[in-house]
Amino acid sequence: MTSSPPATSQGRAGRSRRDSRFGDKVFFNFSRGAGILLLVIMAAIAGFLAYRSALALGKNEGNFLTTFEWTPDGVKPVFGIAVLAFGTLVSALIAMLIAVPVAVGIALFISHYAPRRIAQPFAYLVDLLAAVPSIVYGLWGVLFLVPHMDGLTSWLNEYLGWTYIFDQTKNGAPARNLFTVGILLAIMVLPIITAVTREVFRQVPRMHEEAALALGATRWEMIRTAVLPFGRPGIISASMLGLGRALGETIAVAIVLSSNSQLSLHLLDPGGGTFAQNIALKFNESQPFGRDALMASGLVLFVITLLVNGAARMIIARRKEYSGANA
Amino acid sequence: MAKRIDVSGLSAFYGTTKAIEDISMTVEPRSVTAFIGPSGCGKSTFLRTLNRMHEVIPGARVEGKVMLDDENLYGSNVDPVAVRRSVGMVFQRPNPFPTMSIYDNVVAGLKLAGVKKKSVLDGVVEKSLKGANLWNEVKDRLNKPGAGLSGGQQQRLCIARAIAVEPQVLLMDEPCSALDPISTLAIEDLIGELKTQYTIVIVTHNMQQAARVSDRTAFFNLAGVGQPGKLIELDDTQRIFSNPSVQATEDYISGRFG
Repeated sequence: MTSSPPATSQGRAGRSRRDSRFGDKVFFNFSRGAGILLLVIMAAIAGFLAYRSALALGKNEGNFLTTFEWTPDGVKPVFGIAVLAFGTLVSALIAMLIAVPVAVGIALFISHYAPRRIAQPFAYLVDLLAAVPSIVYGLWGVLFLVPHMDGLTSWLNEYLGWTYIFDQTKNGAPARNLFTVGILLAIMVLPIITAVTREVFRQVPRMHEEAALALGATRWEMIRTAVLPFGRPGIISASMLGLGRALGETIAVAIVLSSNSQLSLHLLDPGGGTFAQNIALKFNESQPFGRDALMASGLVLFVITLLVNGAARMIIARRKEYSGANA
Repeated sequence: MAKRIDVSGLSAFYGTTKAIEDISMTVEPRSVTAFIGPSGCGKSTFLRTLNRMHEVIPGARVEGKVMLDDENLYGSNVDPVAVRRSVGMVFQRPNPFPTMSIYDNVVAGLKLAGVKKKSVLDGVVEKSLKGANLWNEVKDRLNKPGAGLSGGQQQRLCIARAIAVEPQVLLMDEPCSALDPISTLAIEDLIGELKTQYTIVIVTHNMQQAARVSDRTAFFNLAGVGQPGKLIELDDTQRIFSNPSVQATEDYISGRFG
Protein backbone atom coordinates (compact mmCIF):
# COMPACT_ATOMS: atom_id res chain seq x y z
CA MET A 1 0.00 0.00 0.00
CA THR A 2 1.02 3.61 -0.37
CA SER A 3 2.61 5.46 2.51
CA SER A 4 0.59 8.09 4.31
CA PRO A 5 1.13 11.77 3.38
CA PRO A 6 0.95 13.39 6.88
CA ALA A 7 4.52 12.35 7.64
CA THR A 8 5.94 14.64 4.97
CA SER A 9 3.66 17.67 5.32
CA GLN A 10 5.09 18.78 8.65
CA GLY A 11 8.60 19.42 7.36
CA ARG A 12 7.34 21.40 4.41
CA ALA A 13 5.14 23.74 6.45
CA GLY A 14 8.10 25.09 8.40
CA ARG A 15 10.25 25.76 5.36
CA SER A 16 8.37 28.44 3.51
CA ARG A 17 5.17 29.34 5.26
CA ARG A 18 5.30 32.95 4.10
CA ASP A 19 5.87 32.05 0.45
CA SER A 20 3.03 29.62 0.31
CA ARG A 21 0.69 32.10 2.05
CA PHE A 22 1.57 34.68 -0.58
CA GLY A 23 0.98 32.17 -3.35
CA ASP A 24 -2.33 31.21 -1.79
CA LYS A 25 -3.41 34.81 -1.71
CA VAL A 26 -2.47 35.48 -5.33
CA PHE A 27 -4.13 32.34 -6.55
CA PHE A 28 -7.25 32.90 -4.46
CA ASN A 29 -7.67 36.42 -5.77
CA PHE A 30 -6.97 35.37 -9.32
CA SER A 31 -9.54 32.59 -9.29
CA ARG A 32 -12.10 34.73 -7.48
CA GLY A 33 -11.50 37.50 -10.00
CA ALA A 34 -11.99 35.10 -12.88
CA GLY A 35 -15.26 33.97 -11.35
CA ILE A 36 -16.48 37.50 -10.87
CA LEU A 37 -15.43 38.42 -14.40
CA LEU A 38 -17.63 35.65 -15.75
CA LEU A 39 -20.63 36.97 -13.80
CA VAL A 40 -19.95 40.51 -15.01
CA ILE A 41 -19.80 39.39 -18.65
CA MET A 42 -23.00 37.40 -18.29
CA ALA A 43 -24.76 40.33 -16.64
CA ALA A 44 -23.50 42.72 -19.28
CA ILE A 45 -24.82 40.56 -22.11
CA ALA A 46 -28.13 39.95 -20.40
CA GLY A 47 -28.50 43.62 -19.49
CA PHE A 48 -27.68 44.76 -23.01
CA LEU A 49 -30.11 42.31 -24.55
CA ALA A 50 -32.84 43.17 -22.04
CA TYR A 51 -32.44 46.92 -22.59
CA ARG A 52 -32.53 46.76 -26.39
CA SER A 53 -35.35 44.24 -26.29
CA ALA A 54 -37.46 46.46 -24.08
CA LEU A 55 -37.15 49.27 -26.63
CA ALA A 56 -38.51 47.04 -29.37
CA LEU A 57 -41.09 45.07 -27.44
CA GLY A 58 -42.89 48.20 -26.29
CA LYS A 59 -43.77 49.12 -29.85
CA ASN A 60 -44.58 45.66 -31.15
CA GLU A 61 -48.09 45.57 -32.64
CA GLY A 62 -48.21 41.79 -32.73
CA ASN A 63 -47.89 39.17 -30.02
CA PHE A 64 -44.17 38.59 -29.57
CA LEU A 65 -44.53 34.93 -28.64
CA THR A 66 -47.15 33.75 -31.12
CA THR A 67 -46.68 35.91 -34.21
CA PHE A 68 -45.27 34.20 -37.30
CA GLU A 69 -44.21 37.29 -39.26
CA TRP A 70 -41.00 39.22 -38.78
CA THR A 71 -41.62 42.77 -40.11
CA PRO A 72 -40.37 45.12 -37.42
CA ASP A 73 -39.49 47.85 -39.90
CA GLY A 74 -42.92 47.99 -41.50
CA VAL A 75 -45.37 50.82 -41.08
CA LYS A 76 -47.00 48.81 -38.35
CA PRO A 77 -44.12 46.97 -36.63
CA VAL A 78 -45.14 43.33 -36.20
CA PHE A 79 -42.72 40.61 -35.19
CA GLY A 80 -42.89 37.34 -33.28
CA ILE A 81 -40.66 34.44 -32.44
CA ALA A 82 -43.09 31.55 -32.99
CA VAL A 83 -41.38 30.32 -36.13
CA LEU A 84 -37.89 30.99 -34.84
CA ALA A 85 -38.45 29.24 -31.52
CA PHE A 86 -40.02 26.28 -33.29
CA GLY A 87 -37.23 26.08 -35.85
CA THR A 88 -34.48 26.45 -33.27
CA LEU A 89 -35.85 23.85 -30.89
CA VAL A 90 -36.84 21.36 -33.57
CA SER A 91 -33.58 21.50 -35.51
CA ALA A 92 -31.62 21.21 -32.26
CA LEU A 93 -33.81 18.32 -31.14
CA ILE A 94 -33.28 16.47 -34.43
CA ALA A 95 -29.56 17.11 -34.08
CA MET A 96 -29.51 15.71 -30.54
CA LEU A 97 -31.59 12.64 -31.42
CA ILE A 98 -29.09 11.76 -34.12
CA ALA A 99 -25.84 12.96 -32.58
CA VAL A 100 -26.03 11.70 -28.98
CA PRO A 101 -26.46 7.97 -29.69
CA VAL A 102 -23.88 8.08 -32.48
CA ALA A 103 -21.43 10.04 -30.33
CA VAL A 104 -21.82 7.62 -27.42
CA GLY A 105 -21.26 4.77 -29.85
CA ILE A 106 -18.10 6.32 -31.27
CA ALA A 107 -16.84 7.16 -27.79
CA LEU A 108 -17.39 3.57 -26.61
CA PHE A 109 -15.67 2.27 -29.71
CA ILE A 110 -12.63 4.45 -29.04
CA SER A 111 -12.49 3.81 -25.30
CA HIS A 112 -13.53 0.16 -25.03
CA TYR A 113 -13.65 -1.69 -28.33
CA ALA A 114 -11.01 -0.51 -30.77
CA PRO A 115 -7.45 -1.80 -30.43
CA ARG A 116 -5.19 0.93 -29.12
CA ARG A 117 -3.36 1.58 -32.38
CA ILE A 118 -6.66 2.24 -34.14
CA ALA A 119 -8.31 4.11 -31.28
CA GLN A 120 -5.62 6.77 -31.07
CA PRO A 121 -5.72 8.02 -34.70
CA PHE A 122 -9.47 7.60 -34.70
CA ALA A 123 -9.77 9.92 -31.71
CA TYR A 124 -7.59 12.50 -33.47
CA LEU A 125 -9.85 12.28 -36.50
CA VAL A 126 -12.89 13.08 -34.39
CA ASP A 127 -11.12 16.01 -32.77
CA LEU A 128 -10.21 17.24 -36.23
CA LEU A 129 -13.89 17.34 -37.18
CA ALA A 130 -14.45 19.76 -34.31
CA ALA A 131 -11.89 22.15 -35.80
CA VAL A 132 -13.66 22.51 -39.17
CA PRO A 133 -15.13 26.03 -39.35
CA SER A 134 -18.89 26.13 -39.42
CA ILE A 135 -19.00 27.97 -42.73
CA VAL A 136 -17.38 24.93 -44.32
CA TYR A 137 -20.13 22.76 -42.86
CA GLY A 138 -22.66 25.22 -44.23
CA LEU A 139 -21.20 25.12 -47.72
CA TRP A 140 -20.94 21.35 -47.62
CA GLY A 141 -24.52 21.25 -46.40
CA VAL A 142 -25.91 23.33 -49.22
CA LEU A 143 -23.68 21.98 -52.00
CA PHE A 144 -23.67 18.30 -51.06
CA LEU A 145 -26.21 17.43 -48.38
CA VAL A 146 -29.19 19.32 -49.81
CA PRO A 147 -28.98 17.70 -53.29
CA HIS A 148 -28.61 14.25 -51.69
CA MET A 149 -31.55 14.41 -49.30
CA ASP A 150 -34.23 13.31 -51.77
CA GLY A 151 -34.27 9.62 -50.91
CA LEU A 152 -34.57 10.17 -47.19
CA THR A 153 -37.13 12.94 -47.40
CA SER A 154 -39.43 11.05 -49.75
CA TRP A 155 -39.21 7.99 -47.50
CA LEU A 156 -40.10 10.08 -44.44
CA ASN A 157 -42.89 11.76 -46.35
CA GLU A 158 -44.34 8.45 -47.43
CA TYR A 159 -44.26 6.64 -44.10
CA LEU A 160 -44.36 9.47 -41.54
CA GLY A 161 -46.28 12.04 -43.52
CA TRP A 162 -49.27 11.57 -41.24
CA THR A 163 -47.34 13.20 -38.39
CA TYR A 164 -47.86 16.58 -40.07
CA ILE A 165 -44.29 17.69 -39.47
CA PHE A 166 -43.02 15.16 -42.04
CA ASP A 167 -45.77 15.99 -44.51
CA GLN A 168 -44.15 17.31 -47.67
CA THR A 169 -46.47 19.81 -49.34
CA LYS A 170 -44.05 21.01 -52.00
CA ASN A 171 -42.69 18.07 -53.94
CA GLY A 172 -39.48 18.52 -55.85
CA ALA A 173 -38.31 21.58 -53.96
CA PRO A 174 -34.68 21.56 -52.82
CA ALA A 175 -34.28 20.19 -49.30
CA ARG A 176 -33.34 23.51 -47.75
CA ASN A 177 -35.48 22.77 -44.73
CA LEU A 178 -35.33 22.29 -40.97
CA PHE A 179 -34.79 18.56 -41.28
CA THR A 180 -31.65 18.99 -43.36
CA VAL A 181 -30.48 21.61 -40.90
CA GLY A 182 -31.03 19.13 -38.06
CA ILE A 183 -28.84 16.57 -39.79
CA LEU A 184 -26.18 19.16 -40.51
CA LEU A 185 -26.20 20.31 -36.90
CA ALA A 186 -25.93 16.69 -35.76
CA ILE A 187 -22.72 16.32 -37.75
CA MET A 188 -21.41 19.59 -36.35
CA VAL A 189 -22.04 18.75 -32.69
CA LEU A 190 -20.92 15.13 -33.02
CA PRO A 191 -17.19 15.78 -32.38
CA ILE A 192 -17.64 17.76 -29.18
CA ILE A 193 -20.08 15.24 -27.68
CA THR A 194 -17.82 12.37 -28.72
CA ALA A 195 -14.69 13.98 -27.30
CA VAL A 196 -16.22 14.66 -23.89
CA THR A 197 -17.98 11.32 -23.49
CA ARG A 198 -14.85 9.50 -24.63
CA GLU A 199 -12.86 11.10 -21.81
CA VAL A 200 -15.57 10.24 -19.29
CA PHE A 201 -15.69 6.62 -20.43
CA ARG A 202 -11.91 6.42 -20.15
CA GLN A 203 -12.14 7.51 -16.53
CA VAL A 204 -14.42 4.69 -15.46
CA PRO A 205 -12.35 3.00 -12.74
CA ARG A 206 -10.89 -0.29 -13.89
CA MET A 207 -12.14 -1.89 -10.66
CA HIS A 208 -15.78 -1.22 -11.54
CA GLU A 209 -15.34 -2.78 -14.95
CA GLU A 210 -13.63 -5.79 -13.38
CA ALA A 211 -16.42 -6.07 -10.82
CA ALA A 212 -18.91 -6.47 -13.65
CA LEU A 213 -16.72 -8.87 -15.61
CA ALA A 214 -16.11 -11.02 -12.54
CA LEU A 215 -19.88 -11.37 -12.11
CA GLY A 216 -20.06 -12.94 -15.53
CA ALA A 217 -20.87 -9.90 -17.63
CA THR A 218 -20.14 -9.93 -21.33
CA ARG A 219 -18.38 -6.91 -22.80
CA TRP A 220 -21.65 -5.19 -23.61
CA GLU A 221 -23.16 -6.06 -20.22
CA MET A 222 -20.05 -4.70 -18.52
CA ILE A 223 -20.51 -1.45 -20.44
CA ARG A 224 -24.18 -1.37 -19.50
CA THR A 225 -23.63 -2.06 -15.79
CA ALA A 226 -20.39 -0.19 -15.13
CA VAL A 227 -19.47 2.22 -17.91
CA LEU A 228 -22.71 3.85 -19.04
CA PRO A 229 -24.17 4.53 -15.55
CA PHE A 230 -20.84 5.96 -14.41
CA GLY A 231 -20.62 8.08 -17.55
CA ARG A 232 -24.23 9.28 -17.41
CA PRO A 233 -23.56 12.74 -15.94
CA GLY A 234 -20.75 13.14 -18.45
CA ILE A 235 -23.01 12.16 -21.33
CA ILE A 236 -25.57 14.73 -20.19
CA SER A 237 -22.95 17.46 -19.81
CA ALA A 238 -21.50 16.64 -23.23
CA SER A 239 -24.94 16.72 -24.77
CA MET A 240 -25.54 20.12 -23.22
CA LEU A 241 -22.35 21.43 -24.77
CA GLY A 242 -23.48 20.08 -28.11
CA LEU A 243 -27.01 21.40 -27.64
CA GLY A 244 -25.68 24.85 -26.84
CA ARG A 245 -23.81 24.82 -30.12
CA ALA A 246 -26.81 23.49 -32.05
CA LEU A 247 -29.14 26.12 -30.58
CA GLY A 248 -26.78 28.96 -31.37
CA GLU A 249 -25.29 27.82 -34.68
CA THR A 250 -25.59 30.71 -37.10
CA ILE A 251 -23.69 30.67 -40.32
CA ALA A 252 -24.19 27.05 -41.40
CA VAL A 253 -27.92 27.34 -40.78
CA ALA A 254 -28.09 30.68 -42.55
CA ILE A 255 -26.42 29.21 -45.63
CA VAL A 256 -28.81 26.27 -45.88
CA LEU A 257 -31.89 28.32 -44.96
CA SER A 258 -30.94 31.48 -46.81
CA SER A 259 -34.22 32.61 -48.30
CA ASN A 260 -36.21 32.62 -45.11
CA SER A 261 -39.30 33.89 -46.90
CA GLN A 262 -41.74 31.08 -46.37
CA LEU A 263 -41.79 29.88 -42.78
CA SER A 264 -43.51 26.57 -42.24
CA LEU A 265 -44.10 23.97 -39.56
CA HIS A 266 -43.66 21.24 -42.16
CA LEU A 267 -40.05 20.19 -41.56
CA LEU A 268 -39.54 18.88 -45.07
CA ASP A 269 -40.81 21.99 -46.81
CA PRO A 270 -38.25 24.59 -47.77
CA GLY A 271 -37.91 27.44 -45.33
CA GLY A 272 -38.00 27.73 -41.59
CA GLY A 273 -35.73 29.72 -39.40
CA THR A 274 -33.83 29.79 -36.16
CA PHE A 275 -33.00 32.65 -33.81
CA ALA A 276 -29.37 32.90 -34.80
CA GLN A 277 -30.03 32.39 -38.52
CA ASN A 278 -32.74 35.06 -38.49
CA ILE A 279 -30.43 37.56 -36.82
CA ALA A 280 -27.62 36.83 -39.28
CA LEU A 281 -29.86 37.21 -42.31
CA LYS A 282 -31.78 40.29 -41.17
CA PHE A 283 -29.21 42.29 -39.27
CA ASN A 284 -27.63 44.17 -42.18
CA GLU A 285 -30.87 45.15 -43.86
CA SER A 286 -32.59 46.20 -40.64
CA GLN A 287 -33.32 49.70 -39.39
CA PRO A 288 -32.24 50.49 -35.83
CA PHE A 289 -35.66 49.46 -34.58
CA GLY A 290 -35.48 46.18 -36.46
CA ARG A 291 -32.13 45.53 -34.85
CA ASP A 292 -33.67 46.01 -31.42
CA ALA A 293 -36.32 43.50 -32.38
CA LEU A 294 -33.56 41.06 -33.34
CA MET A 295 -31.99 41.66 -29.92
CA ALA A 296 -35.29 40.64 -28.36
CA SER A 297 -35.14 37.33 -30.21
CA GLY A 298 -31.53 36.98 -29.09
CA LEU A 299 -32.65 37.44 -25.49
CA VAL A 300 -35.12 34.59 -25.90
CA LEU A 301 -32.36 32.31 -27.20
CA PHE A 302 -30.24 33.36 -24.21
CA VAL A 303 -33.05 32.43 -21.82
CA ILE A 304 -33.79 29.13 -23.58
CA THR A 305 -30.13 28.15 -23.34
CA LEU A 306 -30.07 29.00 -19.64
CA LEU A 307 -33.21 26.97 -18.99
CA VAL A 308 -31.90 23.96 -20.90
CA ASN A 309 -28.62 24.03 -19.01
CA GLY A 310 -30.42 24.46 -15.69
CA ALA A 311 -32.59 21.45 -16.45
CA ALA A 312 -29.52 19.38 -17.24
CA ARG A 313 -27.83 20.44 -14.00
CA MET A 314 -30.93 19.39 -12.09
CA ILE A 315 -30.97 15.98 -13.73
CA ILE A 316 -27.33 15.46 -12.77
CA ALA A 317 -27.77 16.81 -9.23
CA ARG A 318 -30.79 14.65 -8.49
CA ARG A 319 -28.68 11.51 -8.70
CA LYS A 320 -25.55 12.98 -7.20
CA GLU A 321 -25.18 10.40 -4.45
CA TYR A 322 -25.07 7.73 -7.15
CA SER A 323 -22.55 9.56 -9.27
CA GLY A 324 -19.59 7.50 -8.16
CA ALA A 325 -17.63 10.66 -7.44
CA ASN A 326 -16.98 9.50 -3.88
CA ALA A 327 -15.83 6.02 -4.84
CA MET B 1 -22.21 -26.45 -4.77
CA ALA B 2 -18.53 -26.35 -3.86
CA LYS B 3 -16.14 -27.84 -6.37
CA ARG B 4 -12.56 -29.03 -6.38
CA ILE B 5 -9.97 -27.06 -8.33
CA ASP B 6 -7.20 -29.00 -10.00
CA VAL B 7 -4.47 -26.97 -11.68
CA SER B 8 -1.76 -28.53 -13.77
CA GLY B 9 1.20 -27.00 -15.60
CA LEU B 10 -0.21 -23.49 -15.56
CA SER B 11 1.83 -20.51 -16.79
CA ALA B 12 0.53 -16.97 -17.28
CA PHE B 13 1.94 -14.19 -19.41
CA TYR B 14 1.59 -10.43 -19.78
CA GLY B 15 2.58 -9.93 -23.41
CA THR B 16 5.95 -11.64 -23.63
CA THR B 17 6.65 -11.48 -19.88
CA LYS B 18 6.07 -14.70 -18.03
CA ALA B 19 4.46 -13.86 -14.70
CA ILE B 20 3.99 -17.34 -13.26
CA GLU B 21 5.50 -20.62 -14.34
CA ASP B 22 4.34 -24.21 -14.30
CA ILE B 23 2.02 -24.17 -11.32
CA SER B 24 0.19 -27.33 -10.29
CA MET B 25 -1.98 -27.67 -7.22
CA THR B 26 -5.24 -29.05 -5.93
CA VAL B 27 -7.71 -26.99 -3.91
CA GLU B 28 -10.16 -29.06 -1.89
CA PRO B 29 -13.86 -28.16 -1.82
CA ARG B 30 -15.31 -26.59 1.34
CA SER B 31 -11.93 -25.41 2.53
CA VAL B 32 -10.00 -22.17 2.67
CA THR B 33 -6.71 -22.08 0.82
CA ALA B 34 -4.46 -19.06 1.38
CA PHE B 35 -1.82 -17.82 -1.06
CA ILE B 36 1.12 -16.04 0.55
CA GLY B 37 4.38 -14.76 -0.80
CA PRO B 38 6.35 -11.58 -1.44
CA SER B 39 5.06 -8.84 -3.74
CA GLY B 40 5.35 -9.67 -7.42
CA CYS B 41 5.47 -13.42 -6.87
CA GLY B 42 2.37 -13.88 -9.02
CA LYS B 43 -0.15 -14.98 -6.41
CA SER B 44 -2.77 -12.47 -7.55
CA THR B 45 -2.06 -13.32 -11.18
CA PHE B 46 -2.51 -16.98 -10.40
CA LEU B 47 -5.76 -16.26 -8.57
CA ARG B 48 -7.05 -14.39 -11.60
CA THR B 49 -6.32 -17.33 -13.87
CA LEU B 50 -8.79 -19.39 -11.82
CA ASN B 51 -11.79 -17.45 -13.13
CA ARG B 52 -10.26 -16.34 -16.43
CA MET B 53 -10.02 -12.73 -15.26
CA HIS B 54 -6.32 -12.71 -16.16
CA GLU B 55 -7.09 -12.51 -19.84
CA VAL B 56 -9.19 -9.32 -19.63
CA ILE B 57 -5.91 -7.41 -19.53
CA PRO B 58 -4.81 -6.69 -23.11
CA GLY B 59 -2.02 -9.01 -24.19
CA ALA B 60 -2.42 -11.39 -21.24
CA ARG B 61 -2.67 -15.13 -21.85
CA VAL B 62 -2.53 -18.44 -20.05
CA GLU B 63 -1.08 -21.88 -20.78
CA GLY B 64 -2.01 -25.02 -18.91
CA LYS B 65 -5.09 -26.57 -17.41
CA VAL B 66 -7.51 -25.60 -14.65
CA MET B 67 -10.04 -28.32 -13.87
CA LEU B 68 -13.17 -27.43 -11.92
CA ASP B 69 -14.26 -30.94 -10.95
CA ASP B 70 -14.13 -32.46 -14.43
CA GLU B 71 -14.44 -29.37 -16.59
CA ASN B 72 -11.36 -27.68 -18.00
CA LEU B 73 -11.86 -23.91 -17.64
CA TYR B 74 -9.48 -23.36 -20.55
CA GLY B 75 -11.16 -25.88 -22.83
CA SER B 76 -11.62 -24.66 -26.39
CA ASN B 77 -15.40 -24.42 -26.20
CA VAL B 78 -15.62 -22.91 -22.72
CA ASP B 79 -17.05 -19.40 -22.49
CA PRO B 80 -15.06 -17.24 -20.04
CA VAL B 81 -18.29 -15.42 -19.16
CA ALA B 82 -19.82 -18.68 -17.96
CA VAL B 83 -16.66 -19.47 -15.97
CA ARG B 84 -16.91 -16.17 -14.11
CA ARG B 85 -20.51 -16.92 -13.22
CA SER B 86 -19.48 -20.08 -11.42
CA VAL B 87 -16.25 -18.75 -9.92
CA GLY B 88 -16.94 -15.56 -7.95
CA MET B 89 -14.36 -12.96 -7.05
CA VAL B 90 -13.85 -10.35 -4.34
CA PHE B 91 -11.26 -7.68 -5.03
CA GLN B 92 -8.59 -5.91 -3.02
CA ARG B 93 -10.45 -2.62 -2.86
CA PRO B 94 -14.19 -2.73 -2.23
CA ASN B 95 -15.79 -2.03 -5.59
CA PRO B 96 -19.57 -1.87 -5.29
CA PHE B 97 -21.10 -0.25 -8.36
CA PRO B 98 -21.26 3.44 -7.38
CA THR B 99 -24.32 4.10 -9.51
CA MET B 100 -26.39 1.37 -7.87
CA SER B 101 -28.27 1.00 -4.61
CA ILE B 102 -27.31 -1.67 -2.08
CA TYR B 103 -30.16 -3.81 -3.38
CA ASP B 104 -29.17 -3.45 -7.02
CA ASN B 105 -25.55 -4.21 -6.20
CA VAL B 106 -26.49 -7.53 -4.63
CA VAL B 107 -28.70 -8.60 -7.54
CA ALA B 108 -26.39 -7.28 -10.26
CA GLY B 109 -25.10 -10.77 -11.08
CA LEU B 110 -28.59 -12.28 -11.11
CA LYS B 111 -29.87 -9.57 -13.39
CA LEU B 112 -27.02 -10.32 -15.77
CA ALA B 113 -28.12 -13.95 -15.70
CA GLY B 114 -31.62 -12.84 -16.67
CA VAL B 115 -33.46 -13.25 -13.34
CA LYS B 116 -36.16 -10.60 -13.18
CA LYS B 117 -38.80 -11.84 -10.75
CA LYS B 118 -39.05 -9.44 -7.83
CA SER B 119 -39.89 -12.10 -5.26
CA VAL B 120 -36.85 -14.17 -6.23
CA LEU B 121 -34.58 -11.14 -6.15
CA ASP B 122 -35.93 -10.01 -2.77
CA GLY B 123 -35.21 -13.44 -1.33
CA VAL B 124 -31.69 -13.52 -2.72
CA VAL B 125 -30.92 -10.05 -1.39
CA GLU B 126 -31.90 -11.02 2.14
CA LYS B 127 -30.15 -14.38 1.97
CA SER B 128 -26.93 -12.97 0.50
CA LEU B 129 -26.74 -10.00 2.83
CA LYS B 130 -27.37 -12.30 5.79
CA GLY B 131 -24.70 -14.61 4.40
CA ALA B 132 -22.32 -11.67 4.29
CA ASN B 133 -23.24 -10.58 7.85
CA LEU B 134 -24.48 -7.25 6.52
CA TRP B 135 -28.27 -7.65 6.64
CA ASN B 136 -28.85 -6.12 10.07
CA GLU B 137 -26.81 -3.05 9.22
CA VAL B 138 -28.45 -2.25 5.89
CA LYS B 139 -31.92 -3.81 5.88
CA ASP B 140 -33.58 -0.41 6.42
CA ARG B 141 -31.70 1.33 3.63
CA LEU B 142 -31.51 -1.14 0.79
CA ASN B 143 -32.34 1.58 -1.70
CA LYS B 144 -29.52 3.85 -0.61
CA PRO B 145 -26.32 3.91 -2.67
CA GLY B 146 -23.83 1.16 -1.96
CA ALA B 147 -20.99 3.65 -2.10
CA GLY B 148 -22.36 5.35 1.04
CA LEU B 149 -21.35 2.43 3.26
CA SER B 150 -18.11 2.22 5.22
CA GLY B 151 -15.16 0.42 3.65
CA GLY B 152 -15.74 -2.77 5.62
CA GLN B 153 -19.45 -2.74 4.86
CA GLN B 154 -18.71 -2.14 1.17
CA GLN B 155 -16.43 -5.16 1.13
CA ARG B 156 -19.11 -7.31 2.75
CA LEU B 157 -21.54 -5.94 0.16
CA CYS B 158 -19.14 -7.13 -2.52
CA ILE B 159 -19.04 -10.54 -0.89
CA ALA B 160 -22.85 -10.57 -0.81
CA ARG B 161 -22.85 -9.65 -4.50
CA ALA B 162 -20.43 -12.47 -5.25
CA ILE B 163 -22.35 -15.16 -3.33
CA ALA B 164 -25.74 -13.99 -4.63
CA VAL B 165 -25.15 -15.92 -7.84
CA GLU B 166 -24.25 -19.05 -5.80
CA PRO B 167 -20.83 -19.67 -7.32
CA GLN B 168 -18.93 -22.93 -6.88
CA VAL B 169 -15.75 -21.17 -5.87
CA LEU B 170 -15.05 -17.83 -4.21
CA LEU B 171 -11.76 -16.10 -4.99
CA MET B 172 -10.59 -13.30 -2.71
CA ASP B 173 -7.71 -11.04 -3.71
CA GLU B 174 -6.40 -9.46 -0.50
CA PRO B 175 -9.96 -8.67 0.61
CA CYS B 176 -8.90 -7.00 3.85
CA SER B 177 -5.86 -5.01 2.80
CA ALA B 178 -7.86 -1.77 2.49
CA LEU B 179 -9.79 -2.32 5.74
CA ASP B 180 -9.31 -1.47 9.40
CA PRO B 181 -8.75 -4.26 11.98
CA ILE B 182 -12.40 -4.42 13.12
CA SER B 183 -13.70 -4.77 9.58
CA THR B 184 -10.93 -7.27 8.88
CA LEU B 185 -12.10 -9.37 11.79
CA ALA B 186 -15.67 -9.27 10.48
CA ILE B 187 -14.53 -10.47 7.06
CA GLU B 188 -12.38 -13.21 8.56
CA ASP B 189 -15.30 -14.48 10.65
CA LEU B 190 -17.38 -14.45 7.49
CA ILE B 191 -14.80 -16.48 5.59
CA GLY B 192 -14.98 -19.07 8.35
CA GLU B 193 -18.76 -19.32 7.88
CA LEU B 194 -18.66 -19.30 4.07
CA LYS B 195 -16.26 -22.21 3.83
CA THR B 196 -18.99 -24.63 4.90
CA GLN B 197 -20.58 -23.98 1.49
CA TYR B 198 -17.89 -22.72 -0.82
CA THR B 199 -14.41 -23.50 -2.00
CA ILE B 200 -12.49 -20.40 -0.98
CA VAL B 201 -9.13 -19.19 -2.22
CA ILE B 202 -7.69 -16.09 -0.58
CA VAL B 203 -4.59 -14.09 -1.43
CA THR B 204 -3.17 -12.27 1.56
CA HIS B 205 -0.10 -10.30 2.52
CA ASN B 206 -0.89 -10.82 6.14
CA MET B 207 0.59 -14.06 7.41
CA GLN B 208 -1.36 -13.96 10.66
CA GLN B 209 -4.49 -13.76 8.56
CA ALA B 210 -3.46 -16.77 6.52
CA ALA B 211 -2.81 -18.64 9.75
CA ARG B 212 -6.18 -17.60 11.21
CA VAL B 213 -8.52 -18.29 8.30
CA SER B 214 -7.04 -20.97 6.10
CA ASP B 215 -6.90 -24.75 6.17
CA ARG B 216 -4.19 -24.99 3.55
CA THR B 217 -1.51 -22.46 2.64
CA ALA B 218 0.42 -22.11 -0.59
CA PHE B 219 3.70 -20.22 -0.59
CA PHE B 220 4.77 -18.51 -3.81
CA ASN B 221 8.16 -17.03 -4.52
CA LEU B 222 10.24 -15.69 -7.38
CA ALA B 223 13.92 -16.24 -8.04
CA GLY B 224 14.54 -12.53 -8.70
CA VAL B 225 13.15 -9.39 -10.28
CA GLY B 226 11.83 -10.17 -13.75
CA GLN B 227 11.73 -13.90 -13.04
CA PRO B 228 8.39 -15.69 -13.12
CA GLY B 229 6.74 -16.58 -9.82
CA LYS B 230 6.54 -20.22 -8.79
CA LEU B 231 4.66 -22.28 -6.28
CA ILE B 232 7.17 -23.28 -3.63
CA GLU B 233 5.00 -25.44 -1.44
CA LEU B 234 1.40 -26.15 -0.53
CA ASP B 235 0.57 -27.83 2.72
CA ASP B 236 -1.72 -27.73 5.72
CA THR B 237 -1.60 -24.26 7.19
CA GLN B 238 -0.49 -25.52 10.56
CA ARG B 239 2.42 -27.36 9.01
CA ILE B 240 3.46 -24.40 6.83
CA PHE B 241 3.65 -22.13 9.85
CA SER B 242 5.25 -24.62 12.22
CA ASN B 243 7.38 -26.96 10.22
CA PRO B 244 7.57 -26.13 6.50
CA SER B 245 9.46 -28.54 4.32
CA VAL B 246 11.22 -25.87 2.24
CA GLN B 247 13.79 -23.50 3.70
CA ALA B 248 12.54 -20.47 1.70
CA THR B 249 9.08 -20.85 3.23
CA GLU B 250 10.53 -20.86 6.70
CA ASP B 251 12.64 -17.78 5.90
CA TYR B 252 9.59 -15.95 4.58
CA ILE B 253 7.19 -16.72 7.40
CA SER B 254 9.78 -15.96 10.03
CA GLY B 255 10.33 -12.56 8.44
CA ARG B 256 13.84 -13.10 7.14
CA PHE B 257 12.85 -11.67 3.72
CA GLY B 258 9.82 -10.43 1.80
